[in-house]
Amino acid sequence: MPNPGALMEPELSRAIPEPGPQAAEALRPRGLPLTDAAAITAQPMLQVRNLDLYYGDKQALHGVDLDVKEHTVMAFIGPSGCGKSTLLRALNRMNDLIDGVRVQGSVLLAGQDLYAPGVDVIGLRKRMGMVFQKSNPFPKSIYENVVYGLRIQGVRDRHALDEAVETSLKRAGLWDEVKDRLSESALGMSGGQQQRLCIARALAVKPEVLLMDEPCSALDPIATSRIEELIFELKKDYTIVIVTHNMQQAARASDYTAFFWLGKLIEVGLTEKVFTTPSERMTEDYITGRFG
Amino acid sequence: MPRHFDTELAELKNGLMAMAGQAEEMIDLARKAHEQRSDAMADRVIALDAAVDESELRLDQACVDLLALRAPIATDLRLIASTLKIIPELERIGDHCVNIARRAKLLNPQPPLRMGGYLESLGIETREMVRRALDAFVNGDADLARRVIDEDDRVDALYLDAYKELLRIMLADPLTIERASHLIIVIKNWERIADQATNIAEEVLFILEGVNVKHSYLQSRGTPGEAN
Repeated sequence: MPNPGALMEPELSRAIPEPGPQAAEALRPRGLPLTDAAAITAQPMLQVRNLDLYYGDKQALHGVDLDVKEHTVMAFIGPSGCGKSTLLRALNRMNDLIDGVRVQGSVLLAGQDLYAPGVDVIGLRKRMGMVFQKSNPFPKSIYENVVYGLRIQGVRDRHALDEAVETSLKRAGLWDEVKDRLSESALGMSGGQQQRLCIARALAVKPEVLLMDEPCSALDPIATSRIEELIFELKKDYTIVIVTHNMQQAARASDYTAFFWLGKLIEVGLTEKVFTTPSERMTEDYITGRFG
Repeated sequence: MPRHFDTELAELKNGLMAMAGQAEEMIDLARKAHEQRSDAMADRVIALDAAVDESELRLDQACVDLLALRAPIATDLRLIASTLKIIPELERIGDHCVNIARRAKLLNPQPPLRMGGYLESLGIETREMVRRALDAFVNGDADLARRVIDEDDRVDALYLDAYKELLRIMLADPLTIERASHLIIVIKNWERIADQATNIAEEVLFILEGVNVKHSYLQSRGTPGEAN
């Protein structure tokens, strides 16, 4: 039986040339490219700077600083109430709709401050599609769901609408399943299909950023993995931020992971780094299930 | 539904095969360093070792990342778990080749010691075992993996015969002792490379069939844990 102890002979191991600077570089540990190399060097699409957010007297976000690079997927993780959904909603100013919300600091979308006075909030939201926890198709046909945003924008050209439907549904990986029943009600679709329809609806208005708030929490594992594969495809063309309670989903689907606790950003980094050697003890305890 | 994970697993396999290719090249060069009495070949073996070592670090990290990020199960888990064990086998093959090459450099300036073709046979048999073990991995060929495991006995027998021949040579002429001692180290390293091929073949069977065929004598005895 082979014994595990046989290694290089001691006197010979010394004979191997001392690694020079080049060899040292070659020996640097590197993972296989789990993320696109481009992702590492991409420009920030979103820049959050010293962001404080208050619900009335209660401070929900404390001085958050965060960059989301173009064409990458950023996952926000953390226990309930940690501020991850609040931050996601702050990115497209959805918190404006809640009374008593006060924001300090800035959020830049491609360099433009979203909280600067006089910003066109409606125009801003067009640049950021949003997908929610529970799929929320309108009680209309599949076709009308997809073109809803375009119709509001005043698009009338039938050809343009048809094209948007096909492109968006293909993007969302739904076209082959529904192309023969576009006029049927969206409410007759499965939960997973409805969620992909909501993604198609968000894509139809050609956003730059896709914000997803626990998009798979109501889906079964198969439908979940379809959405995750879709996220991987979509990041070629969009910048994606996803809030998830599912640690494995963050691990599988994202390039970067940000961990929040009590409204503070505790740690953010490459997902493989955060999930193999987190810098903060608190991150380690959370992702290994010791608290949260 | 195609999985992105499958692409990552394919990248991992490709990375492992690239490392295997480096180890095989070292084996061929180590053989030639002796056959052709070539210091240049020996130096190339020694230089290649850093590439194999670098592959080990890179692939280790890739496996750990995949375990952490993809939480693999079933076939996927077996593939990554076994890859983690095949990587050091390949790295050790590289180390053994360095040992063989270093001895070639010590022997080359001296008159050749004829040992009846044993050295060449050991090199060829061992090289073939490594090749077949890797073919079994690439092609998912369990029968071939089993053949490799069986072939180890033949290499062990060849090693013992070569060892006896070297003893005979030393007893007949004490002036051969230095060279024969080097050659004993060389044949031992070839025999160890064959063991490494066997270990790889055992991992291939674990990947393909989920069976652990190591230490089979324990099963017949029925008392695991009393090995050695």
